Amino acid sequence: MDQIFDIFFLEAVLNGLLLGGLLALLSLGLNLIFGVIDVVWICYAELIMVGMYTIWWLHTQQGVPLPLAFGGGIALLAVLGAALHQFVIRPVLAAEPINQLLVTGGVLFLLQALATVAFGVEFRNLGVRIPGVVVGEMSLSGARLVAFGMAMVAIATTYLFLNRTYMGTAIRAISQDRAVMPLMGVDASRVYLLTSAIGGALAGLAACLLVLQYDVHPAIGLSFGPLTFLICVLGGLGNLIGGFVAAFVFAQFISVGGFFLQLEWGYVIAFVFFIATMFWKPEGLLSKRAGR
Amino acid sequence: MSAAPMLALSCVSAGYGSFPVLFDVSLQVRAGESVAVIGPNGAGKTTLLRAISKLIPLTGGHIAMEGRDCTAVAAHDIIGLGIAQVPEGRRLFPRLSVEDNLRMGAYLPAARAKFDQRLEMVYALFPRMKERRAQLAGTMSGGEQQMCAIGRALMSGPKLLLLDEPSAGLAPVVVQSIFEVIRKMSAEGYTVLIVEQNVQQVLKVVDRAYLLETGRIHASGPAAELLADAAVRRAYLGV
Repeated sequence: MDQIFDIFFLEAVLNGLLLGGLLALLSLGLNLIFGVIDVVWICYAELIMVGMYTIWWLHTQQGVPLPLAFGGGIALLAVLGAALHQFVIRPVLAAEPINQLLVTGGVLFLLQALATVAFGVEFRNLGVRIPGVVVGEMSLSGARLVAFGMAMVAIATTYLFLNRTYMGTAIRAISQDRAVMPLMGVDASRVYLLTSAIGGALAGLAACLLVLQYDVHPAIGLSFGPLTFLICVLGGLGNLIGGFVAAFVFAQFISVGGFFLQLEWGYVIAFVFFIATMFWKPEGLLSKRAGR
Repeated sequence: MSAAPMLALSCVSAGYGSFPVLFDVSLQVRAGESVAVIGPNGAGKTTLLRAISKLIPLTGGHIAMEGRDCTAVAAHDIIGLGIAQVPEGRRLFPRLSVEDNLRMGAYLPAARAKFDQRLEMVYALFPRMKERRAQLAGTMSGGEQQMCAIGRALMSGPKLLLLDEPSAGLAPVVVQSIFEVIRKMSAEGYTVLIVEQNVQQVLKVVDRAYLLETGRIHASGPAAELLADAAVRRAYLGV
């Protein structure tokens, strides 16, 4: 009896780990945008929804091979991210934060409505099955393993880009002192545009990984958008490493909490932990702002 | 002296919004020269350097670099002309390492190719920076930050170095070493335009100086002459 208990517990921890990787990728793009541009894309999950529809439409309706459909989804969202910055964020960059929240909130509902008009409210399935992996008495979802692996590769690539390239260094620098950037020869508006495209592309990659596991419908953003935002806040908004850690902490609460009680309770415990953290450390688990 | 001066300002006016600060400022810096702009607080010295770097727009006049008009050049393209600035208050990126700050100074594609070579040059000039290369810039002392800021500007391989109050807020002994560095750089052939309130010190290391008061050039001449000038001594040296 004890033996079986341990195996299922281990399975829950492993599933939490896999979920954590996916949540870490989800929060990365949103966190990057906030850390660099100081704007929260409330519509981030809806961009992912658009990406999921794009991949589904390309693959199942147009017969485009899956890797190409993935590429198309990522490319489209990179363009959408840049366009969102250019046409929606840029005009309100100097405005009050509440105005910035409201415009991106408006984009959220716009994208939901457009998706409903274009695709209806039905749940759409990609129809791709990745075989699972059975280790002893544990079974792990193949789609989750693939998602975890790709998320880790993307996060590592983003980290190396930010730390090892001139443009990446400029992206980190601009959040610390925007006004001095021209003296370095840096066109700040170009860095913002590129950062937005990267944020969009990361949303596109998240769409690839989610569409493998979940059906897409116009309101799917609501099922993980708030979660993504809470993870960013938990890690300290704009702190990429904090967001990474918070994603895994949150995922373990959901997975292990769900194991001991019921799945829904996992979320309850995770959100209680979030609220408690906000009282205890309102600047997030690993705050970058504390040092300012 | 047939060649055009390295930097030439003619009748430059500038300010913030509708608030004018500089009026018809004309000055020249020739290649290899070190020139100071001295004057009291609020005279417009920082505004002058900000106008040269295009961080604020000109409301009148022209600026030319090596004989070519650059009045309409965008701020982020100025460094490409060979004008680097060490801004007031140093303005390092506090949460980047010393080396990443220096990397930002070499952001231009032409400078990236020479990154390793110039990094060695900056480390030779400031051995302390080499020791601290992995440290976050914001955690260093004021004097070290000033060295890092000067090093960052040198990473672009500038023809003209603009220095805004490099001695501000530093302990006297550190001020000495910063001026020693400036003297060394002009001896090595760097062209320097420096803005300072520390009149006594700066006039000992530069060739020429301009006296800026309430946004206008009131006097100019060789540094030794201004240092000996009775009016300057009364107003700025307290003797």
